[in-house]
Amino acid sequence: MTIAVSTRPGRPAASDVVRRLPEYLTIWVPLLFSAAHLIAFSLWTIWISFTPSTLVPVSGWVGLRNYTAVTASRNWQIAFDNLLLFGCAFVLLSLVTGLILAILLDQRIRGENLLRSIFLYPLAVSFVVTGTVWSWLLNPGLGIQKLVHDLGWTSFRFDWLIDRDMAIWTIVIAAIWQSSGFAMALFLAGLRSVDADLIKAAQIDGAGPIRMYRRVILPTLWPITITVIVIQLQFAISTFDLVRALTNGGPGIATQLPALVVYDLMFQRSLLGRGAAAAVLMLLILLAVLLPYAAWRYVQRRRAIHA
Amino acid sequence: MRDRTFAPSRILIYLIVSLIAAAWLAPLAVVVLNSLRTNQEIAQGSMIGWPQHLAWSNYAAAWSGFCVAETCAGIRPYMLNSALVTIPATIFSTLLGAVAGYAVSLWRFRGDQWIYGIVTLGIFLPQQMRLLPWTIVLRDTGLMNTLTGLVIIHTIQGLSFTVLFCRNYYVAIPQELIRAARIDGAGFFRIFWRIILPLSPPILVVTVIWQFTHIWNEFLYGVTFTTGQQQPVTAALIALSAAVADIPQHGVQSAAVMIAALPTLLIYLIGGKYFVRGLTAGAVK
Repeated sequence: MTIAVSTRPGRPAASDVVRRLPEYLTIWVPLLFSAAHLIAFSLWTIWISFTPSTLVPVSGWVGLRNYTAVTASRNWQIAFDNLLLFGCAFVLLSLVTGLILAILLDQRIRGENLLRSIFLYPLAVSFVVTGTVWSWLLNPGLGIQKLVHDLGWTSFRFDWLIDRDMAIWTIVIAAIWQSSGFAMALFLAGLRSVDADLIKAAQIDGAGPIRMYRRVILPTLWPITITVIVIQLQFAISTFDLVRALTNGGPGIATQLPALVVYDLMFQRSLLGRGAAAAVLMLLILLAVLLPYAAWRYVQRRRAIHA
Repeated sequence: MRDRTFAPSRILIYLIVSLIAAAWLAPLAVVVLNSLRTNQEIAQGSMIGWPQHLAWSNYAAAWSGFCVAETCAGIRPYMLNSALVTIPATIFSTLLGAVAGYAVSLWRFRGDQWIYGIVTLGIFLPQQMRLLPWTIVLRDTGLMNTLTGLVIIHTIQGLSFTVLFCRNYYVAIPQELIRAARIDGAGFFRIFWRIILPLSPPILVVTVIWQFTHIWNEFLYGVTFTTGQQQPVTAALIALSAAVADIPQHGVQSAAVMIAALPTLLIYLIGGKYFVRGLTAGAVK
């Protein structure tokens, strides 16, 4: 540095503030904007959820009326049941798929980089795009069923997309394809960081590959597994684009999810108060997942410090 | 785990991995192949098939001839909208995130941990909680249905990610470096410019790639806050599939899907390593 700008100790405080104004502006304005909008907007939505707002936000207090109206509606009940089913099935299956992929890629196979790229590419593409493509593949008149029929097996049926009871599984399929690569990436990182000495010791003890994974390697993956579960659950709770493009909540309202209910209430039926209540309910579902996770992380960190 | 190249178990591993890889590539293959088949060809068979002769005209139609609602300009204007939102929002959120991340990690000030904690909460908070307030703010400021409005939203919301990425990267920079520069009389910006920024390219690449794909792929805000000619390409694609429901034009639609997915696919192909780094950084921290 050529010129050293010395800070004179006797400088008065006021001009110091002026001198450092650009600094304050660039640090504080974006940070405060971001933090303030998160808090203010959340409180705003919570406030609206207790008002009788319909087309426009109005003041007033209706207590929990919006909440009871939402939870009593068939739309929400189906959405909630779907979320439970979708959340559990998707998280479990993507976890298993991701783990299997990671273990397979961990076998020092050729072309590992290429394979990893293939399993991860869906994550880079928009849900609108992948939802659209899966809607074609799963459409019985256009996709897999039609192909099998054209090949001569005409009794073949794969019409989950238009089947009220099965349609939610099409979303599970597309979501697993889209994001089990993410679970794979995290698991693979975990597998690669297992202590080499531990593996050597187990090998000397005569452990075969299956016992090695079951007894030595997989137990070390618990922290990663919990992280993956939480992130995938969070994704499941806020799923919107994928369903919008794949089934648009249909057939009927068979694949309704909370995020679609919020959008429908707010912007299609202009019931702002109820829409806000549904959004807050989504937040509560999310907190039910995140708070135990945060507590667990806290305990882990305390333990790490004291160990 | 030992390498035994011709053992049956290894052949089985390769077989399983190849099958899954084929399944993972199939949707992409279907879109690419259909984008080269004529609409009649698809209508006669299924969406899964080999093109008889390459119908490149689908791409021309999807790019500039295709009708969405009343306008027949293809998806070109919507691609332009997406670019006009994504590029500035990516640049702004990355730059502001870098400065803020540097301030939070190396310039400790009162309440910095609180502010940082709240900002990163934005990663988890459902978009739906912010949808209504944004609607009201955009309407009252006259920014509803403008690309500027979307740029502002993505810049502010993007900070949750960019501050997190940059802060986690900058905490590893030794404090002594900063202290020495301060003794030399360098101020906040001089240190940022001369010391931090030259060290930043690795994290800035990750942040830019992450923000670009994130904003380009975003749909909910696009569809809520813009209509018609102002929509980003994700919203236009949904409008497009609704528009052609009566007379299916899957060849052209596939080409449109391909074009819309191309920017993020290309970025993934070029910078996949950095994309994954962003993915795991956002996940683990």
